[in-house]
Amino acid sequence: MTLDLKAYENGNRPTWCPGCGDYAVLKVIQRALLELGIAPEDVVLVSGIGCSGKISHYFGGYGVHTTHGRVLPVAQGIAAARPDIAVIAAGGDGDGYGIGVGHLVHAVRRNLPLTYVVMDNGVYGNTKGQTSPTSPTGYRSSTSPHGNADEPVHPLRLAWSAGATFIGQGFSGDIRHLVELLKQAVSHPGFALVNVFSPCVVFNKTHDYAFYRRSVFYQETPARSSAELIQLLETHPFPLGVLWRTDRPAAARLETGPADAVPSDCMRRWLRGTLG
Amino acid sequence: MLEQLSWKVGGQQGEGVESTGETFAVALNRQGYYVYSFRHFSSRIKGGHSNDKVRVSLKQYRAITDHTDVLLAFDQESIDLNVGEVREGGIVIADEKFNPKAPDHVRLFVVPLTKIAEECGSAIMKNMVSLGASACVLGLPINIFAEVVEERFRRKGQKIVDQNMLAIQRGFEYVKELGGALPEFALKPADGTRRLFMMGNDAIALGAVAAGARVMPAYPITPASDVMESLIRKFPKVGGVVVQTEDEIAAINMAIGAAYGGARAMTATSGPGLSLMMEAIGLAGMTETPVVIVDTQRGGPSTGLPTKQEQSDLLAALFGTHGEIPKIVLNPATTEECFYMMGDAFNLAEKYQCPVIVMTDLQLSLSKQTTEPLDLSKVQIDRGYLASEADLLPAPQTEEFKRYKVTESGISPRVFPGTKGGIHKVTGVEHLESGRPNETSRNRKIQMEKRMRKLRGVEIPNSVVRTGDADADVVIIGIGSNVGAIAEAAERLRSEGLKVGHAHVHAILPFPKHQLEAAIGSAKKVLVVENNATGQLRHLMSFFGVQHESVDSLLKYDGGPFLPSEIYQHVKGMF
Ligand SMILES: Cc1ncc(C[n+]2csc(CCOP(=O)(O)OP(=O)(O)O)c2C)c(N)n1
Ligand code: SF4
Repeated sequence: MTLDLKAYENGNRPTWCPGCGDYAVLKVIQRALLELGIAPEDVVLVSGIGCSGKISHYFGGYGVHTTHGRVLPVAQGIAAARPDIAVIAAGGDGDGYGIGVGHLVHAVRRNLPLTYVVMDNGVYGNTKGQTSPTSPTGYRSSTSPHGNADEPVHPLRLAWSAGATFIGQGFSGDIRHLVELLKQAVSHPGFALVNVFSPCVVFNKTHDYAFYRRSVFYQETPARSSAELIQLLETHPFPLGVLWRTDRPAAARLETGPADAVPSDCMRRWLRGTLG
Repeated sequence: MLEQLSWKVGGQQGEGVESTGETFAVALNRQGYYVYSFRHFSSRIKGGHSNDKVRVSLKQYRAITDHTDVLLAFDQESIDLNVGEVREGGIVIADEKFNPKAPDHVRLFVVPLTKIAEECGSAIMKNMVSLGASACVLGLPINIFAEVVEERFRRKGQKIVDQNMLAIQRGFEYVKELGGALPEFALKPADGTRRLFMMGNDAIALGAVAAGARVMPAYPITPASDVMESLIRKFPKVGGVVVQTEDEIAAINMAIGAAYGGARAMTATSGPGLSLMMEAIGLAGMTETPVVIVDTQRGGPSTGLPTKQEQSDLLAALFGTHGEIPKIVLNPATTEECFYMMGDAFNLAEKYQCPVIVMTDLQLSLSKQTTEPLDLSKVQIDRGYLASEADLLPAPQTEEFKRYKVTESGISPRVFPGTKGGIHKVTGVEHLESGRPNETSRNRKIQMEKRMRKLRGVEIPNSVVRTGDADADVVIIGIGSNVGAIAEAAERLRSEGLKVGHAHVHAILPFPKHQLEAAIGSAKKVLVVENNATGQLRHLMSFFGVQHESVDSLLKYDGGPFLPSEIYQHVKGMF
């Protein structure tokens, strides 16, 4: 049976606000999987909590909607148990760079094969627009009425410093570019971080589509050295593309045996070992 | 000749106390004695007093004694701290090096442990000298250590093996010269039966592998770490994987992911980790994902008494998660039960598609005890209701598979990713049969009731094991590793003609109300014995409606397990 885009849809209509950047991300995931020929039953889309986290509800493959900030541990559990399944984790910037940021560093280090798509809108959309970890300094919201005093999280630098093997960045306003980016990320044999500027049209009035159209910079090839990557990020605050790519073996031994095999020879040996 | 005795070795943490205790215990276990050990240690690696107490007997006891017959002291502090429990006329063997002093009620044997060890090759062999000295007092031939010494030092060469055996022999001879071969301390010979010797954590790890567990994400914590360390070595042989996570939140969520993927997955932690896992345990309940969580209880709250005994997580295990989910909580009491209950835990988790918490306590988790043979054929794997071919939807799949299908039992078919015709959604949000979110009141009631139906009216068989007099006047109720202390106290009381029963609780959720009521029967008084300050098990009994006009608590929360005498005294006062 030939696959078509319909196979990756499930007829459940998204409840996102009209114009929300997350629509594009959903479409991109569906297209990239179709173009890669990965059947919907062979992929799990794992999502966090937030507007962005609802993405798994609208997806035609397997989907798991977790708790706030825990998308990466759940996704890694699936990846560890099922090396035969494509795992895509997805969530918001609050989910991934705020409450769940500790898991990001370790998922990067562990390098289990999965793709992590962060819909970065610089606000907590779902809880009505509070300041998020990627809101710029000076950003005003109900939780920073006098302007955000904190330095924002720099997710790409964070991932790089933890030893990332794949770092990409895209924009909801450029679907074609994002599909290509995602295809590369899903094909990457380790952990791939894809940060996507995905505007919240309701709450974030500064970082809207027009802002990103003005600010993004298309980087054609990944940086060849750490110095080049840092230089790129200093020069262009909003670069798009595969920005960093290395190969480092993923965590060893993902093969998990069947649960029904009691390994009696091993057991007997181990029991002998406890003869005291 | 003695049918049982208690031997203790004390010294600074890190100076070989544990290995001395271990060698002694293993050697005696191999002679066919029953051995039950207790480790006193603190949360530091080097220094600080620590001791190992070993009870040796011809019949099985699973409790330490209040007294000590023979104390082996590597420093004066070990004498000062422990001589009080050495019985009148008991033995203290101490190193000449620190010019030991002991009170008059004991017999002190001053042995140049360090000096003899140095003469044999190295000062670190003083523990071997002390083992030889102990053997002499107890009337045991030194060759009982030969096998253990050979196994431990073989890799270092025959010369080291010989030196160690010589050290044992010299210690033996020195004490013999001093007149230390005392007939009144001689142990009756054992029958040579080979039995296992392990701690609860070993049994949990073995039980998990046998039960088909293949993914274990975990974060190190005393007293749970051994489970993970043991599985890290075993899993590669069976295709399993242990992931050391960044914290317990990651551990439990990863286990949930792996279980959703189709593996039997577990994690192990102690109180602080259990607290961190609460939100995710709710996710497992809501998404009906089977995971097994081992909680090796230690002294709380907060960091509390990290290396001491307590049973104070009962209420947290039952009520810690926000919202309401079906859940199972099992409470093994012995090493054998730790092994078999891991099998039960996975089967129950998959049968009822819910989280299962297996609670041990520090004494059960860390103290080695003689263990009866473990019967692998008793471990059956039952993966519960998995969708059959016929249940799956035809291609092309146009609607979602009903993963949360409303059934009479409340149990719905499970399907793993990678299955054609089984695509569905999983979410911690209230959902339809398909797993799609839905918050309508009607659906909420349907799904909440479906989940709750799974365990309604269920009591796990043998949740309460009742021993002792059927027509007891007093029934003692206990949980976890206190099983042996209670049994021993009850036996002593019965030997004095008092009518005493013992009901041990092996599962607290679903709460075995009917089994407990039957166990109490027509007893006039009930005593609940537990290692916590507020009487959590007793509270659970009244919460779940086990009624009796005279229920009393015996509580201990000083970090130590119960001694048989403490229970004996208390119950005696109730008559
Ligand atoms: C433990 C916990 N704390 C707080 C919340 C409330 N909450 C839900 S979504 C959200 C923020 C989501 O922001 P983000 O991750 O940026 O996603 P967006 O909605 O912007 O897509 C918060 C704080 C929660 N669900 N769980
Ligand atoms: S509130 Fe913002 S992030 Fe949420 S759906 Fe609307 S536009 Fe998207």
